[in-house]
Amino acid sequence: MRLEPIANPTALRQAGLPLLALAATVVAGSLLALVAGADPFATLGLIVKGAAGSKFAALETLNRATPLIFTGLAVAVAFRARLWNIGAEAQLYAGAIVTVILGTGAIGSPMVLPVTVLAAMLAGALVLLGPVLLKTRLGVDEVVTTLLLNFIMLLFVGYLLEGPMKDPMGMGWPKSAALVKEARLPRIVTGLRLHWGFALALIAAVAVWLIQTRTTLGYEMRAVGQNIRAARFAGIPVNRVLVKTALLSGGLAALAGYSEVAGLKGHLTKDISPGFGYTGIIVAMLALLHPLGVIVSALFVAGIFVGADSMSRAAGVPTYIADMLLALALLFMVLAILLTRFRVVRG
Amino acid sequence: MTPAPAEAREVVLRLDGITKRFGALTANDAITLALHRGEVVALLGENGAGKTTLMNILFGHYTADAGTVTAFGRPLPPGNPRAALAAGIGMVHQHFTLADNLSVLDNIRLGTESLWRPGAGLAAARAKVAALSRDFGLAVHADAKVASLSVGERQRVEILKALYRDARILILDEPTAVLTPQEADALFATLRRACARGLSVVFISHKLHEVMAIADRCVVLRHGRVAGEVDTHATDAAALAALMVGGAVSPPDATPGVAGPVLLRLANVSTTPEGEAVGLRAVDLSLHAGQITGLAGVSGNGQAALADLMSGLIRPSAGRMEVAGAPPKGWSPRRAVAAGIARIPEDRHKTGTIADFTLTENAILECYDRPGFARRGWMDWRRAEAFTRGIIARYDIRCPGPQARIRLLSGGNMQKLILGRVLEPGPRIILANQPVRGLDIGAISYVHGRLLAARDAGAAVLLVSEDLDEVLQLSDVIHVMSEGRLSPPFARGTMGAADLGLWMAGQGFAGGADAA
Repeated sequence: MRLEPIANPTALRQAGLPLLALAATVVAGSLLALVAGADPFATLGLIVKGAAGSKFAALETLNRATPLIFTGLAVAVAFRARLWNIGAEAQLYAGAIVTVILGTGAIGSPMVLPVTVLAAMLAGALVLLGPVLLKTRLGVDEVVTTLLLNFIMLLFVGYLLEGPMKDPMGMGWPKSAALVKEARLPRIVTGLRLHWGFALALIAAVAVWLIQTRTTLGYEMRAVGQNIRAARFAGIPVNRVLVKTALLSGGLAALAGYSEVAGLKGHLTKDISPGFGYTGIIVAMLALLHPLGVIVSALFVAGIFVGADSMSRAAGVPTYIADMLLALALLFMVLAILLTRFRVVRG
Repeated sequence: MTPAPAEAREVVLRLDGITKRFGALTANDAITLALHRGEVVALLGENGAGKTTLMNILFGHYTADAGTVTAFGRPLPPGNPRAALAAGIGMVHQHFTLADNLSVLDNIRLGTESLWRPGAGLAAARAKVAALSRDFGLAVHADAKVASLSVGERQRVEILKALYRDARILILDEPTAVLTPQEADALFATLRRACARGLSVVFISHKLHEVMAIADRCVVLRHGRVAGEVDTHATDAAALAALMVGGAVSPPDATPGVAGPVLLRLANVSTTPEGEAVGLRAVDLSLHAGQITGLAGVSGNGQAALADLMSGLIRPSAGRMEVAGAPPKGWSPRRAVAAGIARIPEDRHKTGTIADFTLTENAILECYDRPGFARRGWMDWRRAEAFTRGIIARYDIRCPGPQARIRLLSGGNMQKLILGRVLEPGPRIILANQPVRGLDIGAISYVHGRLLAARDAGAAVLLVSEDLDEVLQLSDVIHVMSEGRLSPPFARGTMGAADLGLWMAGQGFAGGADAA
């Protein structure tokens, strides 16, 4: 069996195969539920209900999607330029740390909100600046450097929370002091548990989409990602474009940390991110690196996590099913992408 | 030496009704071909005519959708690469498959020696190689390292390798592409001797005069079909060309250009060699306005370094470069474009275009951030598309439209887009690096016409080509490159192919081969 490229895939192929991937995920998920000894239809129904069955559930899903949109955008921007940023987790924590430093009284209102947002983005950008400079100057593989920085950053956060940033009123728990009220992101509608971080995420997605399609920088980033040799030959300043891409990507990932601290938690703990940086890679891949698609895939991924939590309580199927569903969805989607561009031929 | 009529001799290889489809494309359509003992059959066709596909089927890399292959009366099982070798068919590829760090003898033996006693049979092998090289006139030193051999010698090793494995049918894929004219003549002499000893040869080429010189019969492929099969003694090059393209062909009418001022000057310029590539060695070059300067040479002798230098990708490590009378300040692809250098790169797929970008996105690659296409960092896509529509119309590009991905275009149309991109701004200097490689004859004459028109409009053109005929036909001045050195300029008409061939082989350069 061989793969033969398809010169011009039909619209049906391009739209149908991803939908087929989704259907395959549902079927495989049903089998998983069956293995766990539960009724597959009831299990999937409970996941959907748990993710979007009530106002509370839907808002919970939107809250969970917020950091995923940011990290998904960070990955999508970087991957589009073939900059393999696996370190959104580290950049997220960099944003969270700066948010706590500035938000616990260092800056008085009313400037605290915009200053904190920008400072958090800058911190995330700087975390990715090192790896990208090592890549452009010395050819160091950024997959390795960005991945390892995640662990370094997590240990650093642990040190901060046990040491200089430890909340003196925290009864000994490793957590930071709480943000002052002026530094917190308000809720979009009073009384509903959804903060402005979600709106910020939507704005960020639209902004990234505009950058990619309408600006010279976006054109440069796509050119570098598609064919770095042709880009360099044409006179596109490849290294400068990679650095700019890194700054944008790191800044977006840091916004995830900012919005979790300033919007949801109000303080920093070591576990504010249950792997949002890594899940961002799945979100971006499911969205085929399209910034607006990231919104949809982040909602999908968040829905599965939130829905599986509530399903697990009701049906007794372990929440691990969420991770397996995501892994399956990703595999099927990657397969679907492959099959839109290639057909399988025998012989 | 008049051989017996081909029909009277034994058929050693027969391809019968070979058909191979790739999706909608029929690469081979019912191709039938017979090779007799002791004859040279040329397989002639333009790029994309189906020659490579046919050979891949013969060697089992592809399975034909229909048709059979018979060697020495026995059918070859489809899809088995070992079957062809076992049946006595040897192939010499365009790109050699030799281990540089091994000796000639070891390369020839490689893969045939015993697994248990690798040293066994060494003396016998040496004797066999010596006998073969004597019988076939393939002089090589058996103990020399392959790394120290010239390209022509390496090709001889490849042929010896096939003969050592008792090949009775030899398939040569574009064997002269890497040779000087003198080396090509030596190869032809070898092939004639081999045929006299009963070897049969399939000679794949798109060069007409070579086919006329070496082949007994010629099978012409066009669009995957056999367009004709002719006896080379009963035809001429023009008739073959007409068969190849399906119509009469007229060569470009290249009247001499009128030399103007020097627009680009290299004085004693050297560049640092990168990896295996050859750097420039003390090169003196002047490109005059209104002239096409041809650069001949066997590929890999520093042409790439000169092209990279003019493209802005590298800088001189020594010597002085002047663009329009002054040394450029800083040197990069961007500066080269700004200095009015139109750059037609050697590899239009990997360097010249971005496959998944649209025609529009490819057309503005060198000017996307200029006023008119961008303002304060925002693209003006409507202007870009209008610009592209202009190029599509003026350069006769066949395409679905400016929004089509460029990967869907044929090589010729892709090259026309690159021409449009670099010629639209009205460049003063043009670097045309292998501008017609892989194009069909229609596109070739179009590209040549555009280069001549640009020259007549006052541009200084540097034409880099491995095709000596192309260089001789178009150039007002010719230089030859060998091992990074540049010959003095030769005026149009003062040098023939044979004279240039001597320079290509490194003769005539002051200081000899090891002057650095």
